[in-house]
Formats: sequence, C-alpha cells, structure tokens
Amino acid sequence: MSLQSLRVAALQGDEAVAEAVRQSDVDVVAAYPITPQTIIVEKLAEYVANGKLRGEFIPVESEHSAMSACVGASVTGARVFTATSSQGLAYMHEMLYNVSGMRLPIVMAVANRALSAPLVLNADHSDMMGSRDCGWIQLYAENVEEIYDRTIQLFKLSEDPRVMLPAALNFEGFILSHDKERVRLLEDEPIRRFLQRPRPKHHLDPDEPLTFGAIATPDTYYEFRMQQTEAMKAALRVFDEVEMEFESFSGRRYGAVDAYNTDKADVVMVINGSAAGTMRAAARELNTAGENVGVLAVKLYRPFPLEQVVSHLAQAKAVITMDRSISPGAPSGPVSEDVKSAMQLAGLSMPVLSVVYGIGGRDLAIEDGKNIFGLAKEGSSFGSSTLMYGVKV
Amino acid sequence: MSWKQLEEGAVVKGGTSASYIVSGWRVKRPVINEAKCTNCLICWIYCPEPAIVRHEGGKVTIDYDHCKGCGICETECPPKAITMVSEP
Repeated sequence: MSLQSLRVAALQGDEAVAEAVRQSDVDVVAAYPITPQTIIVEKLAEYVANGKLRGEFIPVESEHSAMSACVGASVTGARVFTATSSQGLAYMHEMLYNVSGMRLPIVMAVANRALSAPLVLNADHSDMMGSRDCGWIQLYAENVEEIYDRTIQLFKLSEDPRVMLPAALNFEGFILSHDKERVRLLEDEPIRRFLQRPRPKHHLDPDEPLTFGAIATPDTYYEFRMQQTEAMKAALRVFDEVEMEFESFSGRRYGAVDAYNTDKADVVMVINGSAAGTMRAAARELNTAGENVGVLAVKLYRPFPLEQVVSHLAQAKAVITMDRSISPGAPSGPVSEDVKSAMQLAGLSMPVLSVVYGIGGRDLAIEDGKNIFGLAKEGSSFGSSTLMYGVKV
Repeated sequence: MSWKQLEEGAVVKGGTSASYIVSGWRVKRPVINEAKCTNCLICWIYCPEPAIVRHEGGKVTIDYDHCKGCGICETECPPKAITMVSEP
C-alpha cells in the first residue's frame, strides 16, 4: 500500500477501536456502555444504524448479558466484538472463563479503569489484572494508532485455528481512550483480505445440534485446561506471523515487546501501557546527559513473551519493573512477579526494583521517570518491599 | 484420555445424554406397584427427568439409567403406587 492511499485522521482511542471494528466486518456487537469505553459502543451503534457496519448490534442490560450474548453469537461462527471497562469487566468475569473454555475467538476492547470503592473513573490496569487468569490473550497498546492496528490484528490472531482463544485489547481510560492522536487509517479492502477465514470447525446449526463447553469431570477437566495452555503457547508463535502479514500491507510492526537501548543499558525498565512512551522519553533525556538506561515495553502480556523479555534483560546490571495495578498483600505487582519469575527461569539474578505507579489515573511524567531511574541507580530502594511511587506521604 | 485427543472447547453432539447412564448417584429408586397404579400419568408430568416412560395403553415404567432418585413421583402419586426403595 502506498502512503498516498492512507487516510490520516485525528481520532480518540475509542474512535480508533470503532473504526477498526467496522473495517474488520464484525457480524455481531453486544456491549453495554461504561465510562471511559462508552464512545466505542456509541460509535458502533451509529455505524450499524446508518449501514456503515452490516452487522447486528445487540443492546443489553448489563455486561454479564453482553458477554453472554457474545457467546451465543460466536458459537454460530460469527465474528463478535465487545468493549468494557472496570466494573463492567468485573461483572463479565464469570463469562470470560466460558468464552476461553469454549474456545471462542471473541475480541474485546478494555479501556482500563480502576475499580470502586471509592468510585473512580480514571485509569489503572487493575480491571484487566483482576481477570488476568481468565484464559484470554491480553495486549496493552501504547498509542492510538497502535490501538487501531491491534484491534484488527487480534481478530486474526484469535481466529487462527491453532489458537482459537479470545483476546482483550487494553488501553488506559482517558489517557488513550479520549486522547486525540494522529492515525494513519488503512483501506477496507486489504483489511478484509487479511481477515478472511474459513468457517470455524464447530458452529451451531439447527440440523446438527452441538453442545459447547459440555460438562467435564475430574477425569477430563485438567486436560481441557491443558489445551488452553498449549493454545496460548501457539498464540505466541502465531502472533509473529500475524504481525508480519499485517506489516506487508500496512508497513507497521510493533513486536510482542518494544526495546529501547536494552542491549547496552545498565538499568532496564520493564513497563506496559501508555506510560512506556513517557519512560522512553525520560530514558532518552537521561542518556543524552550521559546516563545509560533502557526501556522494555511489554505489549503482549498473555501469552507472556518470556524469552524475548529475558533476552533484553540479560546484560543489565539492574532491572526496574513498573506496575499500574496493586495486588494487595502480594510481594509485588503482577508485571513485576512475571518479570522476576522469567528472570529466575533464565538464571538472571540482578537486583529488581519493583515500582507501583499511576494508580487511579495518577499521572506519570518524564520527570517521574527520571526520578525512578535515579532511585535504581542509587540502589537505596532495592529491598523486599515494592516502591509505591508518587503516593502522598 | 490424553489432552491431545479431547475435542477442543468440550464440543459434543447434541442430544447424546439419552445414551449415557446418568443415575450413578441415586440412593433410593422408585418402584411402581402395578396393582395400585391407575395410569393417571401424574408421575410422568412431574418427573424432572424424562425418566418415566409411557407405553401404549397408558402403562408407565421407570428408566433407571436416567432416574436420579429424587422421589417427586412418590410424593405426587395420587394412589400411592410408587415407593422409594433403598438401592442395594
């Protein structure tokens, strides 16, 4: 595709999701509005109403019903999408396991938002981290164009016969959901070709009735979960193929991880979500001033790209992990736990500074990034406890 | 069975439960006293499983492969023709 044929638009993250869903020829959308994801649902309802998306929009009375309707639609072989945030995702929790257990390739956008109480509308990752083990592919986007691209890519990844797992695209509420950024939109036709697929192996047909997710016993349930685990491993391999094919017509590729200066850096910071860009800017400023630091953005969180992560940490003298969620009572946040566990498996034993930041929408600026790198350099904050960065004391 | 052999998503053909024995946990079984039975079919209506089988002429028997032993038929039977008997 030539650059001339790209439409450049200023889009909010939510709008970018809706546009990508429209171009992905989704058959059924069942969703319930919740801030800060509401724009997605409004846009999709509008697209269906004015004929821009030839699919069904099912208005439902709750997120639990939204995901239930998605399950019903998906078992017919339809391409299905939904979106939610925070309490909505929590309300779907039970259904998330049904979707992954029935191996339905539903794609969901999650405009990440912290959970009540106290009532809060702003971003952190605790909604998705609360459902981390639900068996869904989980990806954290960093900017609006990536949100647009990833929405399209996740349909391809989920529907691959080697994968057949649902996928959640995460991006921080307001910071990305409502931020208007420049997006180079792709044409409909190459996306349509990219997402062509045969009808799934199993789909409901009145003439040949099927039961999905039939009862298992202690004799078989473990084996079904083993299948999901293996499908996650397959998803890690298929992810590269999907990105390569997407790049062939879009010219854009992100990777499962994005590494800045990790091959030389003394200190490498591991982070996911929108703050990765801010931390990269902080690292660049520090490096210009003679420091030597790097940033590793983990885009694909489940399946966790273990080998890629440890390969970027191997030469560092110290590692910083950044968590935008709190796991009360745990040794550290979920990202930190994953990184430390990956390091242990790879035989890496450099000190790790576990940091929690950005809770409930608290900003993380370039100066904050410099401060955190500074603390790691001093080594004074390395210890058994997690650093609650920016909390008012 | 190996995890490689199971059908992904636990997808099975519909309507297969008729061919399974799903009564392994029954503690008591209903026994019909044919001398008392009036063939009123109240038990057939109330049975939550399709475990009461109607035959031509109105006679009923129990499908012990699907009867869970709940005892509703015993409670509802107007002429008290059904008795729950402990499984051996």
